[in-house]
Amino acid sequence: MADEKSIEHGRSAGNGDAADGPGRAATPNGAGGAAVIHAALPPAKPPGYFEGESVTRRRLFTGGAMAAGGIASAAIGLPAIGFALGPVFKQEEVTYQDVGPPSDFIVDNYVPKTITITSNVGEAGKTTVYIRKTNPELPGEKAGGFIAISTRCAHLGCPVRWVSPAERFVCPCHGGVYDFQGKVVGGPPVRPLDRFVTRVQNGQVQLGPRYSVNSHLKRFSARDPGEHLDGLWKYLYPKRFTVPGPQ
Amino acid sequence: MAIKIPKPPIPGVRRTPKPPSAPQENGRPPVKDQAAEIGAEVVGWIDERTAASGFLRGFLFRKVPKGTNWFYTLGSATMFAFLSQAVTGVFLAMYYDPSPTHAYDSIQHINNDVWLGSLVRGMHHWGASVMIVLVFLHMGRTFFFGAYKYPRELNWVVGVVLLVLTLGMGFTGYLLPFDQRSFWATVVGVNINGTAPFLGPYLSDFLRAGPEFGATTLSRFYAIHMLLIPVLIAALIGVHIYLVTKLGTTAPPWLRAKLPETDREQV
Repeated sequence: MADEKSIEHGRSAGNGDAADGPGRAATPNGAGGAAVIHAALPPAKPPGYFEGESVTRRRLFTGGAMAAGGIASAAIGLPAIGFALGPVFKQEEVTYQDVGPPSDFIVDNYVPKTITITSNVGEAGKTTVYIRKTNPELPGEKAGGFIAISTRCAHLGCPVRWVSPAERFVCPCHGGVYDFQGKVVGGPPVRPLDRFVTRVQNGQVQLGPRYSVNSHLKRFSARDPGEHLDGLWKYLYPKRFTVPGPQ
Repeated sequence: MAIKIPKPPIPGVRRTPKPPSAPQENGRPPVKDQAAEIGAEVVGWIDERTAASGFLRGFLFRKVPKGTNWFYTLGSATMFAFLSQAVTGVFLAMYYDPSPTHAYDSIQHINNDVWLGSLVRGMHHWGASVMIVLVFLHMGRTFFFGAYKYPRELNWVVGVVLLVLTLGMGFTGYLLPFDQRSFWATVVGVNINGTAPFLGPYLSDFLRAGPEFGATTLSRFYAIHMLLIPVLIAALIGVHIYLVTKLGTTAPPWLRAKLPETDREQV
C-alpha cells in the first residue's frame, strides 16, 4: 500500500489520488482521507510482540483453550464410551451345569432339559436343550458321547422345538427346519443348530459353553444366529471377544 | 429490484397502548387498565433483558409462500408427537422398573392400578406408532414437493438422521414391556443387526451387553430409549427447525413463480 509520501500527497490533493486503486479513486474527499489514515497505521504489534515471532499470543491462547477443552471432553467422554463398550471385550466365564445322569439319555431320540444360560434374569435366562447320546452310525459322531442341541434357531434366534415323529426341529417364526443332527433341511437358516459342550462328571452329564457348527459339523466358537459359517461367508463374521473358543 | 418488506405483525401486548380511560375516584387508572399494564410491563421487562421479541417476531411471523397447505403441518405434527412421547415417557418412568424380574409386573401395575395409568401408557404405546406414521408422511411430503432440493439438502440429511433415531426409539422401546412378544421381537431384531458383515457380531454384543440376552440388556435398552436417543432427537429437531426458519419453506410444485409485469419486460 501507500508509503508516507503518498499519504501526504493524498491528504493534500484529496480525490486526485487515482493511481492507488479503483476503490480509492471512486471515493470522494472525506472517505478517501479515512482510507489513507487507515493505510498509514503501523503494523499491529500486540503486547508481547517481538521480532521474528512465529505464534502470536492470541493464537497460542486460542490453541491452549481448545486443547484444554478437548482434554476435558476426552476425560469425560472416553471413560463413558469405554464403560458402554466394555461388555463387548469381556469374555464370559465358562461354567458347566448338570442336566441328569447318562442313563436319562438314549441314542435315537432327544430328551428336553432346561438350563440357565443367564443367571439373575428369571425365566428369560432359561432355555431348553435337546440332548441325546452320540450314534456312531451317523457321520462325524463317535460312540460314548453326548450331543446337546441348542433350541436357538440359526436364522434369527427364535426357539425351535423337536418334533419327534417327523424327526425334525421346527422353528415357529420363519419356518426353519432342521434334521436329526440339526442340519438345515428347509427354510431360511444359514447353518445348523448350535450345540453345547458336553462332559460327564460325578455321574452327571454336564453342559458347558455354546458352540456353532458349519454345514459339515465343523466346530466354531459361538456365533449369533443369521451368521454364515461356510466358504468365504465365514470371513464376514469374525469370532467375538465375548465367547470362548479358538475360532 | 428492491422488494419492500412489510413490517411483521407485533403481538398485541406490545402495540401502542390505547389512550387512558377515565381515572377512578382515587385518581388511579381503572383496574382493568392496570391489569393490562402489568402484562405489558412483564413482557417489556423480559424483552428489555433478552431482546427476544426480535427473534420471536422473525421466528413466529415469518412469511410462507403462496400455496402453503395442510401438508406443510406434518412436520409440526411429528414434533408434537415427539413432545407427547417425551411427556408421557417421563411420567411412565416414575412407575416403570427396568429389571428383568420386575419390568413386566411394573407395566401391569401401571395398566391396572395406577390412576389414569392405562391412559398414559396407551398414549405412549399408540403415540409411538403415530409418530412413525407421521415421520414417513412428512418425509413423503418433502420428497414429492421437491422440498429437499438446493439449498435444503442438509435439512433432508438431518431429517434422515432423525428418521433413523425415531426407528431406534421404536426398537429400544419395544423391549420395555418385557412380555413374550417384546422379548422375542428384540431377540430377532438384535440378531438382524448382527448379520451386518464384520461389525455386526460386535454390534449385537454391544446391544445385549454380552453374548447372551442378559441382566443388563433391559437397562441398557432403557437408558438408550429414555436418555441417549431423546437427547439426540431434541437437539437435531432444533437444528432442523433452525434450518427451516433460516431457509424458508418451498411453494408447492404446482405453483409457478409469477414475476411482476415490469420484470417480465426486462427478461
